[in-house]
Amino acid sequence: MLQAIHDAKLLWLYSGALLLLIVLTLIGKKLKGRRKTAASRATIDNLNARIRAWWKMGAIFTLAVLIGHVGALILFGIISFLAMREYMTLVPTRPSDHLTLFWSFFVIMPLQYFLIGIQWYGLFAIMIPVLAFIFVPTSIAIEGDTTSFLARSAKIQFGLMVCVYCLSHAPALLLLKIPGFEGHDARLLLYLVVVDQISDALQYVWGKLIGRNKIAWRVSPNRTWEGLAGGVFSATALGTALWWATPFTPVQSAVVSMVICILGSAGGLVMSAIKRDIGIKDFGVVIERRGGLLDRIDSLCFAAPIFFHLVHYYFVP
Amino acid sequence: MNTAIHPFASLLAAVARGISGVQVQWAGCEPDEKQRIYFANHSSHMDFVVLWSALPSDIRAKTRPIAAKDYWEETRLRRYFAKNVFHAVLLERGAMAKASTPEEARSVGRSLIEEMALALGTEYSLILFPEGTRGTGEKTGPFRSGLYYLAQRRSDVELVPAYLENLNRILPKGEVLPVPMLSLLTFGKPIRVEQGEEKDAFLERAREAVVSLRRIGPA
Repeated sequence: MLQAIHDAKLLWLYSGALLLLIVLTLIGKKLKGRRKTAASRATIDNLNARIRAWWKMGAIFTLAVLIGHVGALILFGIISFLAMREYMTLVPTRPSDHLTLFWSFFVIMPLQYFLIGIQWYGLFAIMIPVLAFIFVPTSIAIEGDTTSFLARSAKIQFGLMVCVYCLSHAPALLLLKIPGFEGHDARLLLYLVVVDQISDALQYVWGKLIGRNKIAWRVSPNRTWEGLAGGVFSATALGTALWWATPFTPVQSAVVSMVICILGSAGGLVMSAIKRDIGIKDFGVVIERRGGLLDRIDSLCFAAPIFFHLVHYYFVP
Repeated sequence: MNTAIHPFASLLAAVARGISGVQVQWAGCEPDEKQRIYFANHSSHMDFVVLWSALPSDIRAKTRPIAAKDYWEETRLRRYFAKNVFHAVLLERGAMAKASTPEEARSVGRSLIEEMALALGTEYSLILFPEGTRGTGEKTGPFRSGLYYLAQRRSDVELVPAYLENLNRILPKGEVLPVPMLSLLTFGKPIRVEQGEEKDAFLERAREAVVSLRRIGPA
């Protein structure tokens, strides 16, 4: 407990992130007063919403690191819970899915985090892709309602995969035993979150500045190839510059952060497609005050498991 | 009646808000201490407690639900909660149907209205679900006539429509375990019985006032 405070590099990384956040908040406030057209207003509101979410994430991260591994697991567990709550609220289910949903929230989700906590790697890795994959359709089938059976099973399974399984790989980073890096794994988690979030925001900014060719206009009118390239390259540059906080060399750090950026973008694109499918623009629009969490972490959900496995495969003997 | 706020009341309200993640919108009026009858759609056991928990605590303390006597007097625990925590107004279900003559039914009906009017007294508000029973949540059923007669009997009290969304998915009819999805609660613009308005016309208008508050819900 509190060992994190004695990690000088973590403190540097942390203060850097904090400083950036303060500067961005001030810029955001200034721009808010100057906005003129409706389009620029929307852009600035989007950026300010991101900055507000980052403050919350920052607070959660600080708490998690201060409490230690258990704290991180509990706090990411709460994020998973809130994200899945948002997802299941907006994705149509049928009354006969009730019990399956109850199990998903109160058994499968806590079990996943518990398995990470006791470091049972073998079971944590197959918990949702294998066990829940078998449990969910079986449980729905027992209820006996066959109306859009496949779609319902898939919706619940997808929610569990994205909101619980994928996201749980972020706190699982804290349990990796990297030789020569023991006790510093909080840096790895902060690195992942910072690179991912900056990439997400920079793709948006670059897209607004020079975006022309849309990646898939039906899915998301905001995502352009120019924005993707600009965001990925600038965030990769930032990730590379942070190599000193990680177990990576600068070149490795460049590769890893590029992977994070590209996957983050894939996560955002997929969640946009789901939103179009359900018929909403943002998860936060319908449920304003309590919503919008999924919009912020969709990129993290795709980046976290791959980042985890890259580090696990190459750096943990 | 003891009007002090029961310690369980605040706790229960907090639990209800937590499970339902309810997001409250006062779209047609503001929270107010004046006497009101809140009427809403009914699809879950949690409807009442969520609506009740959404009111500011001082108003909540003076807002009583109309509930079914047979259900709430069945066990000691339920009786205790109905009487001491919620200060519920317990009415006999199907009393009018049991009457043998139309004349008797009318008089039973009148006495039920009288009971509700008395429960309002000079300072209380009521929460009632005019559908009379829980539906599946997909459609709001026709309203029972009690609302009309009560509104006529106490024309000094504001009628506030409210729509509860998604609670049928959080705790549907027939289930005991809640699934913690998010829900929405919208309070609308108060209505009243117009001069010379017929019962059926008013009830349909009241139902429309509730249904029109839907924000997402089933298409």
